[in-house]
Amino acid sequence: MVFGVILAGGIGSRMGNVEKPKQYLTIHNKPIIIYTLEKFFTNAQLEKIIVLCPNAWIAHTKNLVRRYLGETDRIVVIEGGATRNETIMNSISYIEEHYGLDDDTIIVTHDSVRPFVTHRIIDENIRFAQEYDACDTVISATDTIVESVDGKIISDIPDRRKMYQGQTPQSFKALKLKEIYQALTNEEKEILTDAAKIFVLKGQKVHLVEGETFNIKITYPYDLQVAHSLLEVNGKC
Amino acid sequence: MLNTVYRLVAPRRFEIAFTDVNLFGGEVLVRPTHLSICNADQRYYQGTRDAAVLAEKLPMALIHEGVGEVAYDPTNTFAVGTKVVMIPNRPVETDPIIPENYLRSSKFGGSSCDGFLQEYVALKPDRLIELPHDINMNVAAFTELVSVSMHAVSRFARIAHARRETIGVWGDGNLSYITSLLLKKTFPNTKICVFGIVREKLADFTFADETYLTNEIPEGFTMDHAFECVGGNGSPIAIGQIIDYIKPEGTISILGVSEYPVQINTRMILEKGLRMFGSSRSGYDDFLRTVTLYRENPEVLDYLSNLIGVQMTVRTVKDLTEAFEADTRKMFGKTIMKWEE
Repeated sequence: MVFGVILAGGIGSRMGNVEKPKQYLTIHNKPIIIYTLEKFFTNAQLEKIIVLCPNAWIAHTKNLVRRYLGETDRIVVIEGGATRNETIMNSISYIEEHYGLDDDTIIVTHDSVRPFVTHRIIDENIRFAQEYDACDTVISATDTIVESVDGKIISDIPDRRKMYQGQTPQSFKALKLKEIYQALTNEEKEILTDAAKIFVLKGQKVHLVEGETFNIKITYPYDLQVAHSLLEVNGKC
Repeated sequence: MLNTVYRLVAPRRFEIAFTDVNLFGGEVLVRPTHLSICNADQRYYQGTRDAAVLAEKLPMALIHEGVGEVAYDPTNTFAVGTKVVMIPNRPVETDPIIPENYLRSSKFGGSSCDGFLQEYVALKPDRLIELPHDINMNVAAFTELVSVSMHAVSRFARIAHARRETIGVWGDGNLSYITSLLLKKTFPNTKICVFGIVREKLADFTFADETYLTNEIPEGFTMDHAFECVGGNGSPIAIGQIIDYIKPEGTISILGVSEYPVQINTRMILEKGLRMFGSSRSGYDDFLRTVTLYRENPEVLDYLSNLIGVQMTVRTVKDLTEAFEADTRKMFGKTIMKWEE
């Protein structure tokens, strides 16, 4: 079974003076999280879509789903964890409890604030996770990446041709991710905030999925303006 | 739902746009899988349409020949995953006399509204027809073009007088190939003669009874009716020859698109008492007849598969441009894009 896992745990601390978590802000009167959910909702390969959000926002999220997508049992809203990985683990626990976990259980984890994800990206995530156990959506780096250990002096400038920028979805065989995560020490868990990185550090292959430059993460007020201007409300017909 | 639309914004330049599709607007979401490039698309892409037309119509998503799979259907008409052909004509009214493709109010994807170059295409259920599950989707991709021939042949069957011993078809391109094939299937006892200018192309019309180069038409040749599938600059020559060779009371079906007005020999039209009728595009009934033909005569699909020229997988705007450029270089056949974006 393939599950969509929408990570809506962020509280929007980078979004300036807004009060709401950024995934609940609207673009042309529709919350960002709904645009993202619609993309997963219309992909028939996904058995269920699990939305993980802060406890205080669960009722609100459920109301939004009901308002925009109607009564549906394909979307469930549950509480996220303290960290990104703990949130993903909560989704795996939910799946294990309700459907059981086996080698064919795939989770497609995605930021709720990346509404421009495409059908192809989701399909390829499912395909590569099935084939390689784990995959990560990326785009080639267009800017040169500069490393600085102390934040003052450049310590390295890696070869840009080998550099990619990470997006989401990141997709995994759920059972394998759970096993690897549980084997980490508490210290490791604190440092390893990215699920794909856990795989890499444990010597597991993570396949690349080609993302899109427009698959932006709406993080700053500027991104929200970009998203507004990208979207035409009405099609041309 | 956010939908990615690939629009031509200027000749040879595609850009991405996003629209919001209402998931509960009574439309089925189709994921296009195989799209076919038509000459009409090329006229926009290369900028050979009139500048005023380009200014009025662009930006616009091209492509009106395509098939796909149902991704989401709030109307419960189709099961998810059903293979369907998409009908580009979008009527907004019905008329007891005038078919949907001739109603001036109808919209047409890739001409008066966005075509199928989209992540998802949202269409009313009556704009979709289920395809056989095992059909060759590369062939099915240009069903729209086949339905245009089907439309013309059906109209001909209604309009032309009943003596149909010989029908001449002018043109050696895709439309001529399909029209000749459908004529042979519809009227198996009629002699189908095809006239073209490239011997190599005519050699592929193996189902036709006779093929001729237009400068080697045998003396004394004549025919009851004719189809013009030439278009462009060749239109006046083809129509002129047809009028010369056709018997009195014959019917001439015009299918070729010409950018410029064509002079025709009206004196001989009058003297021979000819009928001339035009056909353009197609509607639901023509698509249905075409898909029924596929089901009942699978060998038609084999013949049509000979038209597949270039096949390209398209995942990016760059791939899209390359597919259109490849299509400009091909001599014969259809360019099919396996749509994976």
